[in-house]
Amino acid sequence: MNKRLPFGLAMVLLFIPCLLLGAFTHYPAFRALQNSFWNNSSSRRPSKFVGVENYQTLLQDDRLAQIMLNSTLYALGTIPLAIGLAIGMALLVNARLPGTSLMRLSFFMPTMLPMIAVANIWLFFYAPGIGLASQILGVFGLPPINFLGSTETSLISMMFVAVWKEAGLFMIFYLAALQAVPENLKDAARLEGASATRIFFNIVLPLLRPTTIFVAVNALINAFRLVDHVIVMTRGGPNNSSALLLYYIYEVTFSQRDFAYGATLTVLMVCLLGVLAAVQYWVLNRKAHYQ
Amino acid sequence: MSAPGISLEVRGLRKSWGPINVLKGVDFDIHAGGFLTLLGPSGCGKSTALKLISGLESVTAGQILLNGQDVTSKAASDRNIGMVFQNYALFPHMSVAENITYGLKVRKVAKSTQQASLKRVAELMALSPLLDRKPAQLSGGQQQRVALARVLVSERPIVLMDEPLSNLDAKLRVEIRSEIRALNKQLGITVLYVTHDQSEALSMSDTVVLMNKGQVAQIGAPKDLYDRPANTFAASFIGTPPMNLLAAKDVVLPDWVASRVTGEQADLLIGVRPEKMHILGDNDDFSATCTIASVEYEGSVFLVHLRTHSGAAFILAHHGPDAPIPGDEIVVGWKNEEAHLFSSGTGLRISSNSK
Repeated sequence: MNKRLPFGLAMVLLFIPCLLLGAFTHYPAFRALQNSFWNNSSSRRPSKFVGVENYQTLLQDDRLAQIMLNSTLYALGTIPLAIGLAIGMALLVNARLPGTSLMRLSFFMPTMLPMIAVANIWLFFYAPGIGLASQILGVFGLPPINFLGSTETSLISMMFVAVWKEAGLFMIFYLAALQAVPENLKDAARLEGASATRIFFNIVLPLLRPTTIFVAVNALINAFRLVDHVIVMTRGGPNNSSALLLYYIYEVTFSQRDFAYGATLTVLMVCLLGVLAAVQYWVLNRKAHYQ
Repeated sequence: MSAPGISLEVRGLRKSWGPINVLKGVDFDIHAGGFLTLLGPSGCGKSTALKLISGLESVTAGQILLNGQDVTSKAASDRNIGMVFQNYALFPHMSVAENITYGLKVRKVAKSTQQASLKRVAELMALSPLLDRKPAQLSGGQQQRVALARVLVSERPIVLMDEPLSNLDAKLRVEIRSEIRALNKQLGITVLYVTHDQSEALSMSDTVVLMNKGQVAQIGAPKDLYDRPANTFAASFIGTPPMNLLAAKDVVLPDWVASRVTGEQADLLIGVRPEKMHILGDNDDFSATCTIASVEYEGSVFLVHLRTHSGAAFILAHHGPDAPIPGDEIVVGWKNEEAHLFSSGTGLRISSNSK
């Protein structure tokens, strides 16, 4: 165990992961940064250095403004709702009631399905006229809605799917955190005359705060990275009403083949995620630990 | 702040979880301002008894009376009982001050009263400079004092303590022990204390309830438990090391005992404390011949592990200046008044006619 590796073998073992990391993470990131300062090449003219021109385009891009608004709405709409639901489900599952293991499984089921499969299932639910959602509206005598096909409802419909899928995952985190709350803290509060509601808000919820910060920041990062169900369900439409940042990058780069602008958008996204990650570490280090 | 204590009576207390009977009918009472300890090995039901009395668990059968009033079916918060938990149960996200005043806040006591009570208790427990800290920034002893302060601030007439000293080091344990005792005496608060540590129980309590397997083995003043164990369990639990219990056939008995022994299988165990017997007693009433198996040096005494010819092991606390030598054969003896007789069948004490 303590035998030292020969220098050569150590270098080889270090080199392999460094190569993979370099080839698939750092080099592409560097090239994206580089490409964002150059324009696109064509068969007649090679690409040339254009300075911050691509970034000026970015600032004037109305479509990007719409998409950033969509992404922000998406994050603000899904994260608090998913977290609230997750806490509720975790409390329900944590209570010693009959059938909790079945409940736990059914809450977690959506999370286990691949996003593409989830998106396809919900395509059927949302199908205008024949889908489950329209049929439910029909029961109440309401006219069917083309959920994914109209600008007013497409983003909200997609957010609904995200909440449905993510709440189960978050529930698992909260369940673990709930089980780590010492029973005698609740006993102590009970003896002081605190009601069950009060114990939850005074004792349990503050102790779940590290989990909440962790879940919230990860959900925020996911919200900006999300692409699969946009592709399957709406392709960003209609009229960009459901396009999110990563989907836009995909479209610009691979449909329009505008590699320079795609790279510029990628730099924007990496910076955004970097800031979010930094905030996460900062908040977690300062606020989340009591012990 | 001296809320005069109230009395507690426990009548036929039972608790079962499914088929498992944790408490099988426990009775005891504490007078107002008294200090009673539930003592016993882990799993004897002492902590369960505390939970039932506090109201955190419901009773299967039996009665709990506080100040003469039946509170068995009352909610925990309506019993006006304070409790100190084993791991202190301090709220980790609240400061020391917030921890202490939490109960007052819940019960909507006026802010000014809260602050006045906080100040008084903080001074009493020497916590004034620490009020803004979080529990994690305190030492174990300081955390324990916060837990005590949190109970004291509510001016409860009775306080339950669940092994409050078990997480402290030996020196602090002795310090806090006397602090708790002083609080009980000065403030007149009734204390029901739970521990598995006999030295805590014997040194602090007015009354000790020794428990075994969900039942009371003996109730009495600490000195009674040591001097007159009611059964072999009490004899072998109290004392460090505990009382030796020897079969009648291993001991040379005086006539008044020998006359009770009839036949081969005598229903008799002879108990004697290790510190009450000595090597080579001339005018001793009881004696036993044995070999020295090993010797432990304990500072003030040598603990001599002995073995009788029939193989029974027992211990002698030897005060002599020289260490006994393992392998030697010796005779140990003790006097009538140091001998305790028990029935080997029932384990109960036989009241001997010589005393």
